[in-house]
Amino acid sequence: MMNQNGRPTRPEAANAAETVGTFTGNAALDIEEPLIFEVGTNEATGVDLPDPAPVTSRLGGHARKTAVNLPGLTEPETMRHYVRLSRQNYAIDLGLYPLGSCTMKHNPRLNEKMARVPGFADIHPLQPLATVPGAIELMAELSHWLMEMTGMAAVALSPKAGAHGELCGMMAIKAALKARGETRSKVLVPESAHGTNPATAALLGYSVVSIPARADGTVDVEAVRERLDEDVAAIMLTNPNTCGLFERDIVEMAEAVHAVGAYFYGDGANFNAIMGKVRPGDLGIDAMHINLHKTFSTPHGGGGPGAGPVVLSDKLAAYAPLPYLRMEAGGAVLVEHPSDTEAEAHPFGRMTAFHGQMGMYVRALSYMMSHGEDGLRQAAEDAVLSANYVKARLADVMTVAYPERPSMHEVLFKDDFLDGTGVSTLDFAKAMIDEGFHPMTMYFPLVVHGAMLVEPTESESRASLDLFIATLRDLAMAASNGQVERFKQAPQHAPRRRLDETRAARSPSLRWTPPEPRSIEPAEAAE
Amino acid sequence: MRYLPLTDTDRADMLAAIGVDAIDDLFVDIPADKRVDGALDLPPHRSELGVEQALKRMAMKNVSADSVPFFVGAGAYKHHVPATVDHLIQRSEFLTSYTPYQPEVSQGTLQVLFEFQTQVAELTGMEVANASMYDGSTATAEAVLMANRVTKRRKAVLAGGLHPHYRDVVRTVVDMADDKLVCLEADPLGTEDVIAAIDEETACVVVQTPSFYGHLIDLKPIAEAAHAKGALLVAVFTEVVALAAIEPPGAQGADIVVGEGQSIGNPLTFGGPYVGLFATRQKFLRQMPGRLCGETVDADGQRGFVLTLSTREQHIRRDKATSNICTNSGLCALAFSIHATLLGGAGLTKLAALNHAQAVMLVERLDTVRGVEVLNDTFFNEVTIRVDRNAEGVVDDLAGRGILAGVPVSRLLPKSGHDDLIVLAVTECVSDDDIETLATALSEVL
Repeated sequence: MMNQNGRPTRPEAANAAETVGTFTGNAALDIEEPLIFEVGTNEATGVDLPDPAPVTSRLGGHARKTAVNLPGLTEPETMRHYVRLSRQNYAIDLGLYPLGSCTMKHNPRLNEKMARVPGFADIHPLQPLATVPGAIELMAELSHWLMEMTGMAAVALSPKAGAHGELCGMMAIKAALKARGETRSKVLVPESAHGTNPATAALLGYSVVSIPARADGTVDVEAVRERLDEDVAAIMLTNPNTCGLFERDIVEMAEAVHAVGAYFYGDGANFNAIMGKVRPGDLGIDAMHINLHKTFSTPHGGGGPGAGPVVLSDKLAAYAPLPYLRMEAGGAVLVEHPSDTEAEAHPFGRMTAFHGQMGMYVRALSYMMSHGEDGLRQAAEDAVLSANYVKARLADVMTVAYPERPSMHEVLFKDDFLDGTGVSTLDFAKAMIDEGFHPMTMYFPLVVHGAMLVEPTESESRASLDLFIATLRDLAMAASNGQVERFKQAPQHAPRRRLDETRAARSPSLRWTPPEPRSIEPAEAAE
Repeated sequence: MRYLPLTDTDRADMLAAIGVDAIDDLFVDIPADKRVDGALDLPPHRSELGVEQALKRMAMKNVSADSVPFFVGAGAYKHHVPATVDHLIQRSEFLTSYTPYQPEVSQGTLQVLFEFQTQVAELTGMEVANASMYDGSTATAEAVLMANRVTKRRKAVLAGGLHPHYRDVVRTVVDMADDKLVCLEADPLGTEDVIAAIDEETACVVVQTPSFYGHLIDLKPIAEAAHAKGALLVAVFTEVVALAAIEPPGAQGADIVVGEGQSIGNPLTFGGPYVGLFATRQKFLRQMPGRLCGETVDADGQRGFVLTLSTREQHIRRDKATSNICTNSGLCALAFSIHATLLGGAGLTKLAALNHAQAVMLVERLDTVRGVEVLNDTFFNEVTIRVDRNAEGVVDDLAGRGILAGVPVSRLLPKSGHDDLIVLAVTECVSDDDIETLATALSEVL
């Protein structure tokens, strides 16, 4: 049986040669695209360059002895290659992208336009500072917005992504402890944390102590107190947490953490829910990274680049890494070296070459200025409203993991509603693909069985939310009505059906290699 | 507000559907006395025109590379990026997609990553490359940590030709992990003896070629010496175009090759976002940091791609992961891959030759300027000159004349005794006239 894409609906019947419904293997607008290595040649090029002047080489004995073996394509071929590939991706601009804790909101194109203005895009990080005052001004302005929204004393702009920001914040904590003459060995991390939290703590040599969640999905301050002692360097807590809940004991937790001389690291991945509603600095947080590529709409780009500025409390501000901005009467000054620092500053080092993700700073500031103070608060409220609306409309057909508390910007479901149906969380997610939606975050956080974490964001219209809700309702009913094949065979309408991940990991093929020349064995030839 | 689709009617209906009276009923878990009371000290929302005008006013205060004779390099390079690259990376499906965790609807990004990994492996002369790191400096730090895992040793030796920022980034990570580090003295002449610093405790020796000062370094004897002591050679580059002109590090015995990929496909943007390249030998695959894309088949037997070997990564292994990296530089890797495809082997080779030829012309011209000494015997597109007065003053004077004349070494190494050195880079964007303008101006201020 073939579906409307001309592909079989049952994998057992699959055989590459039999699945092709058209001569080309294409299906109208879905056009298969080979690898550049299969269509390009070393000689072809899409760039016209002048001939180099005849000079005597100064490469010494270091000149390349072999040709550079890279396939080239002319400009029209290049354009088609990448446009065809792009059409095999889901994207925010195509539809609702409910990946929990990823904040897949609209990416305004004004941001892109501004990042490409030559005065930002075409300036070098090491040209004389007197030739880039506007760049410093932009960084200072962004810093002001971040500090004001978080209620913190300082900001380290340079970290390149969320995990890099975590590393920066935890390094500041380690440096502050060292300055006190202390070496502590443990970091507390709740079970529901992102994997980057324990990975970051381990990178700095800390052992990770896990904190279980209580029945309502949040961390009990008592569970923290039980694990706190003078050997704990910090707690790393995401708030709102990855169950989509606000950690309501946070103030007591911060007091307990500070009472033993430890620091409070806040993972700001979910800051979108609380912009303009509460300031982390007012809750007792000492360091927190802000994912500009989540909360402040810089594009995810298929996996980055991100940006992870870290806001710091006055206790940690002195340890901010180089470079940082010092506010002076005449404006901000970029401090690049230990020898340029003020007496009270003790930067712990440097996170990256140059000054961080300027391109992302421009985009984020463009977003902040567009929203303004009022718009950012409205965005947080709409994000929270949308998540709770999805939760309310699905609560009777799916299993809300923690129904006791209001959700923040995302809602967590568990797979109880699929019990006995033969449909798994994975199957359910893949069926969403056929319906034109990107799946939600699956099997994370690890604290509930078959987790499905849905974050609609503030970018969805009522109609979009209602279609999403109706679709999930239909899928949940279908699962309980025994329509198992609809799930097991999914996706059937995507550019690819389910991929064999085990095979990919068992014998990794991580680069293209030329096919072996086929030699015809006598026995084969005789057939 | 133009980015928020919900209307007040929608909001009221949705609150009713949820069964609460007001939006703040959903924020009850935030301690009441901690909630923001009133407005923050920030301006209200603004029109698109208003934001554009405000940001452009800042941008116009900066001197952009295209507007002047431009010789600034030292880890970031002004190259021409074809219009096709920037158009394609702004395709919605590339720009606004997430990390390709759902391969059935992410084949576009995944195939690009597979092609990118192959391109990087080929250029570096290595067997496998990952799907990118943040930038060259963090890739270098990750390489040092990886070498520690592979060798089960904890001491890295950094050559004096390594970019000072890269050295600082490595030192920051290594200090925090309480590992050992030997940083050799800055090596503007390109004559240091790295081999003497390698001993039985050494996990890796980190050598940049072309060096920060532009010298081409013979990696082979260093690789042999490192291997003889059970250490790895980490080869670093900041100018990836050089790899089309010089013998690739992989062919010279490097075990890990890392560097900055910005030059291909990515604008300067004041230092980021850039794209870290990371390649190594197949036998070290399981110790690699970062994402990897691999080939497989789907349920119909069709070729497809997935992220693979994720048991190395933080979202699976948590505190046992090889790195904490999650988001990398996907879109910059795409820009790199598109530009590399437009160039092809022949185009990239020609681009490298063009860069080198322009640099040779600069050096030949500077040889005639009194007060300037070129320190390099060998170079690709970047050289270090010694001037007979304070280098920072010279660069500032030339900036005043509308010439961005390279990077004074003291910008990166203040109070190091190298106050008379300037690193100059020359790319295909530098014209013969620019060279003449620079040389004339130098002869006037020296």
